[in-house]
Amino acid sequence: MTLTEWLRDPNPASRRQARLGQAWLGWLRLRRNPLAMAGLIIIGLLLLMAAFAPWLAPHDPITQNLQNRLQPPLSPGHLLGTDDFGRDILSRILYGARITLAVIVLVAVTAPLLGLFIGTVAGYLGGWVDTVLMRLTDIFLAFPRLILALALVAVLGPGIENAVLAIALTAWPPYARVARAETMTVRNSDYIAAVRLQGAGAVRIIRGHVMPMCLPSVIIRVTLDMAGVILIAAGLGFLGLGAQPPLSEWGLMISAGRKYLFDQWWVATMPGLAIFIVSLGFNLLGDGLRDVLDPRSAGK
Amino acid sequence: MTLLSVKNLRVSFDTETGLVEAVRGVSFSLGRERLGIVGESGSGKTMTGRAVLRLIRPPGRIEADEMRFDGQDLLALPERGMRALRGPRIAMVMQDPKYSLNPVMKVGAQLMEGLRKRDHLARGKARARAVAALEAVQIRDPERVMEAYPHELSGGMGQRVMIAMMLIPDPDLLIADEPTSALDVTVQAEVLKILDNLVRERSMGLIFISHDLRLVARFCDRVLVMFKGRVVEELAAKDLLAAKHPYTQGLLNCLPRIGGDRGPLPGLDRGADWAREA
Amino acid sequence: MIEIENLSVTFQAQGRVVRAVEGVSLSVAPRESYGLVGESGSGKSTILRAICGLAPVSGGTIRIGGEMVRRDRAFARRVQMVFQDPYASLHPRHTLDRTLSEPLAIHGLGNADARVMQALEAVGLPASFRFRYPHQLSGGQRQRVAIARALMLEPEILLLDEPTSALDASVQAEVLNLLARLRAEQGLTFLMVSHDLAVIDHMCDRVLVMQHGRAVEELTRDELAGARMHTAYARSLFEASADRMMG
Repeated sequence: MTLTEWLRDPNPASRRQARLGQAWLGWLRLRRNPLAMAGLIIIGLLLLMAAFAPWLAPHDPITQNLQNRLQPPLSPGHLLGTDDFGRDILSRILYGARITLAVIVLVAVTAPLLGLFIGTVAGYLGGWVDTVLMRLTDIFLAFPRLILALALVAVLGPGIENAVLAIALTAWPPYARVARAETMTVRNSDYIAAVRLQGAGAVRIIRGHVMPMCLPSVIIRVTLDMAGVILIAAGLGFLGLGAQPPLSEWGLMISAGRKYLFDQWWVATMPGLAIFIVSLGFNLLGDGLRDVLDPRSAGK
Repeated sequence: MTLLSVKNLRVSFDTETGLVEAVRGVSFSLGRERLGIVGESGSGKTMTGRAVLRLIRPPGRIEADEMRFDGQDLLALPERGMRALRGPRIAMVMQDPKYSLNPVMKVGAQLMEGLRKRDHLARGKARARAVAALEAVQIRDPERVMEAYPHELSGGMGQRVMIAMMLIPDPDLLIADEPTSALDVTVQAEVLKILDNLVRERSMGLIFISHDLRLVARFCDRVLVMFKGRVVEELAAKDLLAAKHPYTQGLLNCLPRIGGDRGPLPGLDRGADWAREA
Repeated sequence: MIEIENLSVTFQAQGRVVRAVEGVSLSVAPRESYGLVGESGSGKSTILRAICGLAPVSGGTIRIGGEMVRRDRAFARRVQMVFQDPYASLHPRHTLDRTLSEPLAIHGLGNADARVMQALEAVGLPASFRFRYPHQLSGGQRQRVAIARALMLEPEILLLDEPTSALDASVQAEVLNLLARLRAEQGLTFLMVSHDLAVIDHMCDRVLVMQHGRAVEELTRDELAGARMHTAYARSLFEASADRMMG
């Protein structure tokens, strides 16, 4: 039996085979969407860039070379030019991908989980729990995210870890909202009523029955939000509150290039393009995932 | 006179798990008569009805050797031409009025929309036609219903409104897909009687799609029985009890009867040769 | 087994008070099969939901086996329910194995593997279906799973809320046969709701006709078969159903 036959077996022999089979079907659905595949390729490239930065980068990203400063793109040895300290921009973007990726992963792991937890609890329990949790969410939503993140970083002190913490703490409310909305539709369904009739408690129902139904919408929301997360991380870097020099974070690079924007445009433009392409990749993938993961389309 | 003729109609869906053939070579022709299409879920009866109106979205595909309505080739007609047919010439009533009526528009406005936009009738005239249409489906106070929103109507009332709306442009062919399945039994009979009278009075063609063999037999002249995308038996409604195909017989016998014995109900033998070969 | 006295259920919806059930009394003997029949909005399903605590009881009493009901774990082991729509009553992201073993996990019952296999066999599903997802099953197969799930805890009472109205006629026949067989084998008490008088007649010993949240008339099976009903509504319901039966 070949692997695809095993994956497509209508009668799986184990839990694992059943789950993998479903994942395989999802993958087949995703593969039919060319834009989503484009997004996936972009993100795949970002991962590779980050993983192999030391081998891909032609120069050290930190060592300065003042004789070589502000070289235009396509100059010998510097495909994307150099910045004001003569550092190779391509190498800095490649290394910067690692920081960007670290920020994305940390935020993507913490904020949605917090939001999912708060949203499902509020939605399932209802009553005063719902009121308290949702007003808390409203308070967080009432501030512009960047301003709130700025305030948090100002309190915690600048640095990449604190930037991640600040972004995560400001990013969860939308996930809580999404999860709560989904929970409200799920909680009155017959399959939840059935498990309640079997004597299951709230914890078991929320964890085992409600959360799996909310997860797809949250995941889709996460991929769509990733662009925003990159931008906020870049924004904090730009304002000097995120990653600190000489780290080659993309936002920080734009900030450094600001001074030369009119004469040496490439210094700010190249990292800007990197942010744009990666954001676009996440957006495309998010749109595609919506079609794959949406529970309403999964039944077909 | 043949109103609609369909030869070797096939509807298939190209899904990630492979090609799914919902309709596999269905042929029938229809004059100004009442044709019933009966089958269980998955038999392709709804897809057949939708294919006639070319209402199947990609990845669904419609193929046929011939599909002609009143001399026009439905397969060759551009989408514009199809739109001109849908409604004025061929109308469709679906199962649940809840999903076919616009929830945020008053019933009256929905009834008048077509008259005003398509036929360019003046407001007063359109309103008079709409009220007349509601009266034709035996709604007692049409003025109140005109001002109501769909959610304020009961299921039976909503379905009457749907029928009224579909019949306003005086179509030649009405496709009714399970028009009464969402309704209570006592209401079902009323709605069907109204539908039946209107179809007779206007001498329209009717395709009545349903899972209920007995119901179809009472309201149609001819019945097609579908199973797994094929027509397994075609018979005159009055010969229903003399049905030969085991599937048709199974459908007839598997319903419990009041006062019947309580032994196990005869089911369909899905392992039988005819079912496996289909 | 089930004694309901003067039950009322009232919902508050957007400031309006909806009396879904008003002053309904009934009693079901052990191992009896009792039917509730009526059209949509008659309150028949609400009675089942009130028994399980899924609808708010505003008046009257419900006793199971002589005791006032408390919806605790012990209740779950006595009373289980099968829902109308098998497309909505199974968790779309759980395999049959998970759906069937969940009640065992909740009640800390061991030997899950054997019990799940046994349950699949009892409702006539092949063992190879164990790790399928609901969307890989037909409507009738799903309803078999829902019945198997309800029987996992070996309850005495099964509440059946229109268990076959979402199914095709031939599948309905199979599911009704299955329910009748399981009742005989396991000595179950049924309280069954349906809009279809013929289904109720086939399955139940006695039937209560309901309309607009009130009980209209209680009929035994003989009275129903002999068309000996006393109220106009029960008669019209009978005629509408009998009408459809004619060839």
